[in-house]
Amino acid sequence: MNRANAARPILWNYHLSTCSWRVRIALSLKAIDYEYRAVDLLSKKGGDQFSTQFTKLNPKQEVPILLIDNNLFTQSIPIIEYLDDTRTSGTKLLSSDPVKRAKSKIIAELINSGIQPYQNANVIKKINVQMGKVKRIEWLNFYLNKGLKALEANLKNTKGRYCVGDEISIADLCLVPQVYAAKRYKIDVTKYPLINSVNLELEILPNFIKAHPDNQPDSLKNNN
Amino acid sequence: MSLNKPILWNFYRGASWRVRIALAFKKIDYEYKSVNIDKGEQFTKEYENINPNNEIPTLQIDGFNLTQTMPIIEYLDETRPSEPKLIPVDSYLRCKARSIAEIVNSGMQPYQKVIKRLGKELGEEEKNARLELSTKKAFKAIESILAETSGKYCIGDSITIADIFLVPAVHAARLQKINLNHYPTISRITDRLDQLPEVIQTHPKKQVDFQQS
Repeated sequence: MNRANAARPILWNYHLSTCSWRVRIALSLKAIDYEYRAVDLLSKKGGDQFSTQFTKLNPKQEVPILLIDNNLFTQSIPIIEYLDDTRTSGTKLLSSDPVKRAKSKIIAELINSGIQPYQNANVIKKINVQMGKVKRIEWLNFYLNKGLKALEANLKNTKGRYCVGDEISIADLCLVPQVYAAKRYKIDVTKYPLINSVNLELEILPNFIKAHPDNQPDSLKNNN
Repeated sequence: MSLNKPILWNFYRGASWRVRIALAFKKIDYEYKSVNIDKGEQFTKEYENINPNNEIPTLQIDGFNLTQTMPIIEYLDETRPSEPKLIPVDSYLRCKARSIAEIVNSGMQPYQKVIKRLGKELGEEEKNARLELSTKKAFKAIESILAETSGKYCIGDSITIADIFLVPAVHAARLQKINLNHYPTISRITDRLDQLPEVIQTHPKKQVDFQQS
């Protein structure tokens, strides 16, 4: 496949979506220039992800979607693995050692399927409606702390400077956005010293800063 | 690599089935250790040492404790490269196979857990309606990927991780009495998968800890 002739990639995403943020970090680490298409998940019309147009792109009505190499891809973890499989430039996101790979992916999935779905905007809206504000806070405290506790225990066996040893991996791309989200929900992340320490190392890196919600075209900070 | 037989800590129903299927396809003999989640056995100190997230399954293999069904299955495929190759070699097809698996893994199953947790507040009828909607959305997305990639199975004519994740998901949908006529490719593929010994032997009904609900 001649990638040099492929059009500029397009990323449909939302500045605060943690799944989108992971992919933004990956694109940045791979030095891939892309067009940013904002999908306002919380728009007053009820969320742009529910529009007919967007549903055609992704019947699951979710971000991120990446158009790259003339193909549309969904699901952040496989997208990141695709970028790593196909682009040798920039940072390697997955080790070639199967054990290290597994350790990185376990952490990524702990976050991707074990924490994020329990606290994303859609779910929290539903909890608020069904259970009210007090229960919503209880729910967030429970699931975020449960997930972070498991993550902290995992890091005991894998942590170096970053999640797995001293090299950045897909685990780190998932950790930073999740920690940010937890802090937004007023979770005290310093209770998890290993997570906190890895996050501090990562959040100062230029490629992570570039991908930060505050630095995106649809960021509230850019649109006041 | 450790010479001890791998140990799979799991339960007859749920996501554990995915790993049992993968182990069967890779012809890996293992010891089945039952963790009865109805009795809260995932919270024992013994099990927590193995899996600090108090979840199943955990696969103890090659001296490691592997958790999370996707990395477990990918590790098996990378370290036991015999056919079938559960992760395709082509990077586009790899991504599509993984995306199908992820739609089930993180795009459907956790949301169904959320809906079930809200069961009391929603009431039985609303809960079931939402479970159905969540399944249908996921299946619609999978069906649209399959339009590009399927042959006999999800990705061409070879078994992959996508098929492995699809089997338990369709099984659960059938138990919920969801009409799968809108998803003809999923139905056709699953009917074929259901005939395979690796799927039959690992079915919940055939496990030592199976209980009729």
